Amino acid sequence: MKNLHDEKEVLQEERSILTAPLQRRSFLQFAGAGAAGIALIAAGCKKDKHIDDGAGNMGGVTLDFKDDLGVLNYAYALEQLEAAFYIQVAATPYANISAPELAYFKDIQFHEIAHREFFKNALGQAAIAGLEVDFSKINFADRTSVLGTAKAFEDLGVSAYNGAGKLLKSTAYLTLAGKIVSVEARHAAYIRELISPNSFSNVEVVDAVNGLDKSRDPKAVLAIAGGFVKTKINVINL
Amino acid sequence: MNIVDILEEIEKVDGEVYERFSPRRAAMKQFFNVGKKISLAAVPLALGSMFNKAYGQSTLPANVKAVLQFALTLEHFEAAFYTQALKATGGADFSGSTQATLDKAAIGIISAHETAHVNFLKGVIGADAVAAKASYDWTASGNFPNPFATGNYGVFLAVAQALEDTGVRAYKGQAPALVGQGGVLEAALNIHSVEARHAAKIRYMRNQNGFSIKPWITGGNDSGVANAAAVYAGEENVIQAGITITGINGTPVNVNAATESFDEPLTTDQVLAIVKLFGVS
Repeated sequence: MKNLHDEKEVLQEERSILTAPLQRRSFLQFAGAGAAGIALIAAGCKKDKHIDDGAGNMGGVTLDFKDDLGVLNYAYALEQLEAAFYIQVAATPYANISAPELAYFKDIQFHEIAHREFFKNALGQAAIAGLEVDFSKINFADRTSVLGTAKAFEDLGVSAYNGAGKLLKSTAYLTLAGKIVSVEARHAAYIRELISPNSFSNVEVVDAVNGLDKSRDPKAVLAIAGGFVKTKINVINL
Repeated sequence: MNIVDILEEIEKVDGEVYERFSPRRAAMKQFFNVGKKISLAAVPLALGSMFNKAYGQSTLPANVKAVLQFALTLEHFEAAFYTQALKATGGADFSGSTQATLDKAAIGIISAHETAHVNFLKGVIGADAVAAKASYDWTASGNFPNPFATGNYGVFLAVAQALEDTGVRAYKGQAPALVGQGGVLEAALNIHSVEARHAAKIRYMRNQNGFSIKPWITGGNDSGVANAAAVYAGEENVIQAGITITGINGTPVNVNAATESFDEPLTTDQVLAIVKLFGVS
């Protein structure tokens, strides 16, 4: 399916290109009105080149774990996936969704958008491109399918952040990851309660002996997340 | 948690860690072989005794140990709170309703986790792990009515929420002190996210019991308890790493969503100021 994030990005790009000439009269004088059309085509090319990621991995993105930026891009990839999922859930709610459930799904949607956009801005030029998602296995009209996927994504996100903390060298980034992971855990607990009361921290995710939540390393996480992403995700220096 | 990770990380700080584990690598190998056979329940104990033997009681890097002791101090308090809540006499005032029965089961789950955290941390710290207080002041020096008095079930849930949200914020605040500490950091993060699951569940329970509140923290003090202000100080933050989250990149992320999407840390001093009222020190 069409990536919503990508689509929005392209729209924003188009808008800026269309409005830019108005701010630069001299450019308009020389190039005339036709320039906007040409610029749009150029924007399309730039987009393709961006997916190249500058590392020669045409058609994919590369998470380079040589430094903290790689870890942040890893988080950015996961947040893109989550945001795209909840945007779809909020746009096409499952049948007979209750008002409180819809309200909370909209909340979660905005949380994930906030996370995604935060990482995008924090990474700046170092950000990977927008991922193209594949939600063909999810039936958005069916509550069970949506809740099951939401639970899987949230538990995956929690375990991913828990496993990635030790890869970070910056205390500032570690704190930021900590600020986000507890919100993902709140989502996970809520969605689990919708599926089955008192499953908020059951043995699927929290071991009964030590009371510790799960951690997953990036390879294990991406093996699961990859099932929902069309874009090839390359991992190096891990 | 991966014990090998913990050892590897300690090795970075203390290159002789493997030698400390008596007497040589063979002993380690033996331990892991034994580990395969012993029941899971014995692991924290075995882990604790191994750390003990390796370091005596005081050679865990001081800053790491301080963090773990601080965490244990809080876990003792939380565990005692839920143990009290579940007592047949003098416990929380669960009614006989279906909701209350479900709530009580949830408190039982949370209680078991907090006790597990206590035992886990005691095992890692060793013989000089801080002890639980003999008693706590559940009214927080008169800031709340007694959460365990008859008819005060709503107070109990409100205090539980404040404790869980404090726990989340406390662990988050300690994480920077554990950067580069591998397994110890990971274990702290693994507890941190469990506290967040608990916090969300307690908030959801309050909602099911008729108090309008979300599983996530909206704005600052959304607890409905003015005296809990210190627990939520700074949660209203909407700027992360210099980036304004409200309306970020033209998205419809409003102020509430901006505050909800990031939980904030508390410093050690902020946490101590909160729990001191309950007799925690």
